[in-house]
Amino acid sequence: MTTVVTGTTAPPRSVGTAHTRIEGRDKVTGAARYAGEVPFADLAHGWLVLSTVARGRIRAIESEAVLAMPGVLAVLDHRTAPRVNTDYSGLMGMRPDPTIAVFQHDRVPHLGWPVALVVAETSEQAREAAEALVVRYEEAPHHTGLDTDHPDAHALDGVMPGVTGKGDLEAELAASATVVDAEYTTPEEHHNPMEPHAATARWEDGRLELVDSNQGATWVTGELASLFSLDPGSVRVRSEHVGGGFGSKGIRAHQVAAVMAATLLRRPVRVVMTRRQMFSLAGYRSPTAQRVRLGADARGRLRALEHNSLSVTSTVHEYVEPAADPARVMYDADAHHTANRVIPLDVPSPTFMRAPGEAPGSFALESAMDELAERCGLDPIELRLRNEPDQGPVSGLPFAGRNLPACYREGARRFGWAGRDPRPGRRRDGRWLLGTGTASASFFAGAGPSTATLTAHPDGTFTVRIAAADIGTGARTAITLVAADALRVTPDRVRVRIGDSDFGPAMIAGGSMGTRSWSWAVTAAADELRDRLALGSDIPAEGITVRSDTAAAIGALTPAERHSYGAQFAEVAVDPATGEVRVRRMLGIFAAGRIINPLTARNQFLGGMVWGLSMALHEEAVRDRAFGGVVGADLAGYHVATNADVPRIEADWIEDHDPGDPVGIKGIGEIGIVGVAAAIANAVWHATGTRHRHLPIRPDRVLAAATADRGRPDA
Amino acid sequence: MAVSTSSVITLNINGEKHTLPVDHRTTLLDALRERLDMTGTKKGCDQGQCGACTVLLDGRRAVSCLQLAVAAENREITTIEGVAEGDRLHPVQQAFLDLDGYQCGYCTPGQICSAIGVIEEHAAGWPSAVTGDVRPEAGPPELTAEEIRERMSGNLCRCGAYVAIVDAVARAAGTAAGPAGTEEAAA
Repeated sequence: MTTVVTGTTAPPRSVGTAHTRIEGRDKVTGAARYAGEVPFADLAHGWLVLSTVARGRIRAIESEAVLAMPGVLAVLDHRTAPRVNTDYSGLMGMRPDPTIAVFQHDRVPHLGWPVALVVAETSEQAREAAEALVVRYEEAPHHTGLDTDHPDAHALDGVMPGVTGKGDLEAELAASATVVDAEYTTPEEHHNPMEPHAATARWEDGRLELVDSNQGATWVTGELASLFSLDPGSVRVRSEHVGGGFGSKGIRAHQVAAVMAATLLRRPVRVVMTRRQMFSLAGYRSPTAQRVRLGADARGRLRALEHNSLSVTSTVHEYVEPAADPARVMYDADAHHTANRVIPLDVPSPTFMRAPGEAPGSFALESAMDELAERCGLDPIELRLRNEPDQGPVSGLPFAGRNLPACYREGARRFGWAGRDPRPGRRRDGRWLLGTGTASASFFAGAGPSTATLTAHPDGTFTVRIAAADIGTGARTAITLVAADALRVTPDRVRVRIGDSDFGPAMIAGGSMGTRSWSWAVTAAADELRDRLALGSDIPAEGITVRSDTAAAIGALTPAERHSYGAQFAEVAVDPATGEVRVRRMLGIFAAGRIINPLTARNQFLGGMVWGLSMALHEEAVRDRAFGGVVGADLAGYHVATNADVPRIEADWIEDHDPGDPVGIKGIGEIGIVGVAAAIANAVWHATGTRHRHLPIRPDRVLAAATADRGRPDA
Repeated sequence: MAVSTSSVITLNINGEKHTLPVDHRTTLLDALRERLDMTGTKKGCDQGQCGACTVLLDGRRAVSCLQLAVAAENREITTIEGVAEGDRLHPVQQAFLDLDGYQCGYCTPGQICSAIGVIEEHAAGWPSAVTGDVRPEAGPPELTAEEIRERMSGNLCRCGAYVAIVDAVARAAGTAAGPAGTEEAAA
C-alpha cells in the first residue's frame, strides 16, 4: 500500500511539449480496431437499400423473393420495422433529423432515402440480396436546385439567430467612399471521413450495446434511448477508435437500422455504409449563395456591412448553414446586417461539416474584404487592421483577447509579405502566373458541460474515464498530458479511457469544443483528487475515485466574445493555358489559446488548411436536377486533395493567454480551414487579375475567365 | 447440376498459410477482414479509389478491394500485420509514429504498405509521372518530396496529414537506403 501518489515536487510540465500519440503504435501496426472490426459471435450483416427516386411513395417492396435467397434472415421496411419515437429534443436541444427514423412510413423525401435493410449471414449475401430487392414507387415531381428566387426561402435560427441588424444600410452605403457588392457561391460538400460509418448492435443481459464510430458516445446513447423509448442507463455505446468524423458522425440511419435488426433477430447485427451510400446518408455541407455588400470611408473604415447567405435544407428537417455568422465577429460597421436563410428542397438533410458557416462564410467575406482593399488602394492586411472592432459587433460584449493583429504581424514576417506589389498579373515563373493572398480566420471558443472520473491506484498510477472521442484530433493524448500536469506526475502514470457512454455525459468531439471541455472536467477532477490524497490516507485496492462535473463552472463564465484567430497566407501559380491552379506554399499563424501537444496540434492546423485548399480548388458535389442525386458519388467523382495537391505548408501559433479563462485551452480542429479558400482565391486574383467568386476554382472556370477577359474592350 | 459458388483456398499471408472456404464473390479485403480477423487492412471505399486497403502482392502495391480472394492464391500477400519484425517496427511504421504521419489512423495501414512499396519501386529505378529524365541510363531519380507526393497520391488521407506523411516516407527512405535497401533493389 502506498500513500504518496501525486508529486510534491512537480515533474516537468507535459503540456506544451511534443508527445507521439498514445494509440500510435496500434494505428501503425493495424492493431487499432475501428467500429466495423470488433468481432462478435453469431454476427449477422445488414445492408441498406436506398430509394432510387427523389420524391414519391413506396408502392411495393417485393421482399419474398429476397427472403428466399441464400443466407437472408430478414428484410426490414416500413411495414415490418419497430416504431420509434421522434418527439424529443436531442443534442443542444435540437429536434432529431427525421432522416434517422428509418422505415416508419412510405414517403420518400429524397434520392437515397433508406427504404429497407436486408440482413443475412454474410456481407456478400446481404449485399446481393439488397441489390436484388425490387422496390416499386409512385413518383412525384422533385426539385433539388438552389434557386436564389425560390419562394420558400426563409430566415432560420441555428445555434445563433438567423438575422441580425443595426443601422441604416442603404444610407451608409450611399455615404461610403468605396463600395463592394458581390455574390459568391460555394458548392455542396461532403465530409467523406476515410472510415465509413459503421455500427454493430446487440442485446446483452437486458442492455442494448452498440459498437460504433461516432463523435460522442453519450450523444448517440441519448438519441437511441429516446428513439427506442429506453432508459438511458440501459443503452451503452462504445467508440474506441474513430476513422474521422468532421461533423458527420452523430446519430445516423445505420445505427437505428442495426438496433432494429438486432432487436428483431436477437443476435448481433452490423450495418456499414458504403462510400456511395454516405453521399445521401451521412449529411453534407449545403451549397451556399451569398451576397456581401461593404461600404468604406476614405480611410477604409467600414460604414456598411451586409452579409446574406442562402443555403438548402431538406423537406423533413431544418438545418441552416450559417455562412453570415463570421461577419458578426470579424468586423463592425455603423450599419451591420447579416442573415442566414434556407430553402427546403427534395434533398437529404445537410448538417455540421468542419467549420459550419465559418468555412463558406469566410470565403465570401474575406474575398470581399480583398476586393475592398483593392478598390481603396490599401494593403489587404492594413485594411483589416483598420477594421479591428473594439467589441462584439453584434453582441456588444468585450473580446476576451483578440490576437488577430499579432497573427498578421507574425505571418506577414514569415511569409515575406512586405514589399508585395499589389498589382495583379505582374509575377511570372515560366508559363506560370504567380500571386499571393491573405485572409483572416476566427472560430468560436466554446465549452460544453462534461463529467469525468479520476481514480488513484495504490501502485501510483491513475485512470481517467471520460466519454470523449478521439476522431483523429489527438484527444486521447492531449487528455493524458493535461491530467498528468494537473496531478503533477509524468504521463506514463496516467491511463486515459475514452469512447464509452458508461463513463457519463461529456461534450462531443465537435464545435472545436471537445478537448477544451474534456480538459476542464479532467483538471477539476484532478484538483479534487490531489486535495483528497494530500490528506495522506492510504489508497485501498479499489483506488480512490473522484468525479467532476463542469456544468456549474461553465455556466459561471463571464459573458464575452471568446474566439481563436488566424491569419492565412497562400501563394499560387496559375497556368493560363490549362487553367490549372497550383498552391505553392501556405502559412497559417494562429492564436488559439494554450497548445497542449505541439506535434498533434500542428498536424490539426495543417489538416484544416488542407481542407481549405481542397475546398478552394477541388471539392464539389454536383447534384443532377433530373434525377436528384449526386453525380459520381464516390471518391473518383468527388475530389478531395491528394498528396500531390499539397505543397509544403506551414502552421504555427503565437502566445494567446486569456487570464479570465479557467482552462486556457481553445479548440483547434476547425479554425485551420477558415479563410483558406479566400486566401487562395485572393492569390488567384493577384496572379491573374480575375476574381473567382464561385468555388471550386476549376481549370474550366479559370480558362473561361481568361477568355472573357480577352474579349473585353479594355483588355 | 448445381454450380458451386464457394471454394476452399489457401492464402499465403505474411509468410503463413491460411486455408479457408470462401464465397467466390469475396474480395481479398473481405477475406482478410471478415474471414481471417485481420482487420489492419482497411475498407475506405471498396472501389479502388482511396488506397486504404493497400497490401503488397509479391512485393508490389495492390488495392485488395479489387482483388478476388480466389485469385490471390499462390501470391505472397503482405499486410500491415506482417511488416514489423516482432516488436521492432518497420522503419516506415516508426517514422509515421514519430513524425505523426496520420490523425484518425484509418488510412494509415494503406499509407504504410504503399510507402514500403514506393521505397522499393524507387530503389528499383522506377520512374513516376514527375520524374524528369526517364531514360534507363539516367538512373533512379532522387526521392524528393515531389516524387514522394506523386507516388503516394493513390492513398487519400482525409484528415490532411500529407505534410507529415511525406516527411515520414522521406525519413524511412533514408533509413532503408542503406545496404539492405540496395540488396533488395539489386535482387
